[in-house]
Amino acid sequence: MSLLDYFRSKKTNTASTAKERLQIIVAHERKRRSGPDYLPQLERDILEVIRKYVDIPADQIAVSLEQRSDELSVLELNVTFPDEKR
Amino acid sequence: MAKIIVVTSGKGGVGKTTSSAAIGTGLALAGHKTVIVDFDIGLRNLDLIMGCERRVVYDFVNVINGEANLKQTLIKDKRVDNLFILPASQTRDKDALTKEGVERVLNELAQDFDFILCDSPAGIESGAMMALYFADEAVVVTNPEVSSVRDSDRIIGMLSSKSRRAEQGLEGIKEHLLLTRYNPERVQKGEMLSVEDVKEILAIELIGVIPESQAVLNASNSGQPVIMDKDSDAGQAYLDTVQRLLGEKVPLRFLTVEKKGFIKRIFGG
Repeated sequence: MSLLDYFRSKKTNTASTAKERLQIIVAHERKRRSGPDYLPQLERDILEVIRKYVDIPADQIAVSLEQRSDELSVLELNVTFPDEKR
Repeated sequence: MAKIIVVTSGKGGVGKTTSSAAIGTGLALAGHKTVIVDFDIGLRNLDLIMGCERRVVYDFVNVINGEANLKQTLIKDKRVDNLFILPASQTRDKDALTKEGVERVLNELAQDFDFILCDSPAGIESGAMMALYFADEAVVVTNPEVSSVRDSDRIIGMLSSKSRRAEQGLEGIKEHLLLTRYNPERVQKGEMLSVEDVKEILAIELIGVIPESQAVLNASNSGQPVIMDKDSDAGQAYLDTVQRLLGEKVPLRFLTVEKKGFIKRIFGG
């Protein structure tokens, strides 16, 4: 371990790591809470269908339902495809 | 009109009962007739923290089932005027609390008391849901630690969706964040989430910060609510918290590292 590493390791700030992790998981769970109960299952089903054709990891898909007004809800589907190199 | 305040957290072991005992005692010390209700059916502990464990004759479930009346069941605190405890039952029947039964008991208490403090059990099962259902205000007890903050957020969600106020479309429960077991030294070193961090994540109003303190264990060992230890940092922090709950503006204390003087370093303290 070099002297530089020694100073660096002292700076490891686990509190800021905790904060970042919390912000992500809390935002995720809040979104889920506000949506209808069927949303997670819908997300899984859509993932299944896409996986028949393209192999994508589970975290590369996001489904959200946004209530725009009393009469309009928008179902948003976000899928990140892997690089087309094969 | 009695105010119903739930002390809740989701996660266990963060200081709900300690806080319930301290805040309840503080409200009574300020002259408000207060009852602390233990909702932790099967795992009664408020009586121990309050030091009245040997005076329990009847309990909450007895009152709900009509086996005893409130007058027989309420335990009057021997140190503080205006302070009463309604102990939880030690029954293993988790569903002993019914919504109708709880409502009836709370209504009866409301005729006589200024504050009804509901000490919630951990978790999100029926006991915890009962404790928060009728609340007007909530004290969300949180440790500066990831699992506690996440569980608090979950409970905050329940407060705004699963309570009577939410179901009846009334004004929502007033939520207060109480940060406990706070260690300014570790915050300064970047080892612990700061007050600001937790506030930013949970986004509810801060009612108090209780420092990690040896006084808390000493208090529970002897069955004295820590707020009665007026020389201790935790006791003073709870006194401040109660004042804020009563609407006064009190600056936060014990947020920074106390610089130890030369004498203190040698002789301790």
